[in-house]
Amino acid sequence: MRRQPLALATDDVTALIELRGVSCAYNAAQVLEHVDLIVAPGQFTGIVGPSGSGKTTLLKALLGTMAPTGGTVSRATGLRVGYVPQVETVDWSFPVTVAECVLMARVNGLRLPWPSRSERAEMHAVLDRLGIGDLALRHIRELSGGQQQRVFVARALLADPQLLLMDEPTSGVDARTRHDVLHLLDDLNQTGTAIVLTTHDLNGVASHLPHLVCLNRTVIAHGEPTEVLTTDVLERTFGARMEILEHNGMPIVLDEYQGAHHSVVAFRRAAS
Amino acid sequence: MMQNLLRPFGFEFFRNGLIVATFAGALCGAIGVYVVLKGMSYIGHGLSHAIFGGFAASSLLGIDFVVGAGVWGLVSALMINGVTRRRVIGADAAIGVITTASFALGLALFAVFGRRGRSFDAALFGSILGVEGSDVIAIVILTIVVAALIFVGYRQLLFATFDPDVAEASGVRTARVDAVLTLVLATAILATMQVLGVTLIAAALVIPATVARMLTDSFGRMLLLATAVGATMGFVGMNVSYHLDIQSGPSIVLVGAALFTVVFAATGVARRTRLPALA
Repeated sequence: MRRQPLALATDDVTALIELRGVSCAYNAAQVLEHVDLIVAPGQFTGIVGPSGSGKTTLLKALLGTMAPTGGTVSRATGLRVGYVPQVETVDWSFPVTVAECVLMARVNGLRLPWPSRSERAEMHAVLDRLGIGDLALRHIRELSGGQQQRVFVARALLADPQLLLMDEPTSGVDARTRHDVLHLLDDLNQTGTAIVLTTHDLNGVASHLPHLVCLNRTVIAHGEPTEVLTTDVLERTFGARMEILEHNGMPIVLDEYQGAHHSVVAFRRAAS
Repeated sequence: MMQNLLRPFGFEFFRNGLIVATFAGALCGAIGVYVVLKGMSYIGHGLSHAIFGGFAASSLLGIDFVVGAGVWGLVSALMINGVTRRRVIGADAAIGVITTASFALGLALFAVFGRRGRSFDAALFGSILGVEGSDVIAIVILTIVVAALIFVGYRQLLFATFDPDVAEASGVRTARVDAVLTLVLATAILATMQVLGVTLIAAALVIPATVARMLTDSFGRMLLLATAVGATMGFVGMNVSYHLDIQSGPSIVLVGAALFTVVFAATGVARRTRLPALA
């Protein structure tokens, strides 16, 4: 388990974003303290932590919409970052079709209100790539959870980002959709897009990722899931004792209640 | 019948009022889309009432109404912003206190010093009698300027309205977009106050956008529809105002309310009978 700033790529690769001793606050409330983090090209990292641990704030600091109260944020020149918001924060009653939503990515410079032929072609190419090519004219509310997530991924991808930041991309979706989203992100990562996402889901998402950052106002630990999903790290991150099981080399986290339940079940089976 | 309907078009004051009402309706319809979707309806309602205080003060001091009411509206907006930033009370409460106090101050000034200058009733409820050639030119120019702003900034406005955080991260200066929107809103209220009246301007902002929203799920189509609905409200409302001899503000708003009722019922029937969406 490493405690130095993340060095996820070889030293000769320039970082996309580097945070050094970054602190962030909302008025007087300190949310992040002395966070060191390097996001390298091709990286795929999950940020885990309890509610209020500063996960979304860390994403905003990476995105550049949250000014740090201390420390420095360095970005590679001309870095293109895509952001996929938490679906719970989206106004689903807003009158916007899938096409209109995705084309928001083309916002800079002097442009006509309607998309050009090439913009439409690029949009359809991205939608087809994500398997939602036939939904362009549908309202965003009419889609399933996985399709809605893909719309916002498509919007981010239309800007051809080197880094994709995603806030809780699997929150509120069923197991099948979560599976589809993870496969989609893996495919994107394989094509060279770096991804940093936040998640609450330790077993369904975090343990499947190549790299994790455990956050609670500051970085508690970072490394591969087998390195950081330990009883000690999780207790320091979540403030609760958790048991770790292993299945096919993959850690499975049980919280104290589940652990207690498991013990009761085992006791009853033994007694019967 | 037709001769009776066309009769008012022979009067210059009616033609002026009709042009102003139609352009004002279209203008408020277009701006109303952003106002409604950004949840700023109460600001529109509040600013129109705040500007009434400026109307009263400028009437009594003998200064130009547009300048006086405009400065008053700007000061009210800054005060709302200042009170809200202290986070002691919410924006809706700040708007409620400041704009209503400004409206009450306007009424008190008129009560103490008497009514002078432009018509008091026209400011409250709208009237076509006071519409002058300069009002026609002002509303036409303002509508063209706002149409140009929306045309050029369409994508930034849409992104900043739907998803301000991500828009900001994508290079849209959302604070500037909001400032321009508030300025346009205040200017539109000033320009349409004569025909619509301060107590009814909010309806001209909200009704077209709401009617359009019921008819489509597309932002682009909603913007066009709301503009058309607003212009129709102004045109039909002004004719109704002449023929039924009622003030223009209530007349325009009642036409809008009738349109709302018809569309609300029709879209409800369409949904219940599983007809294809009206969009």
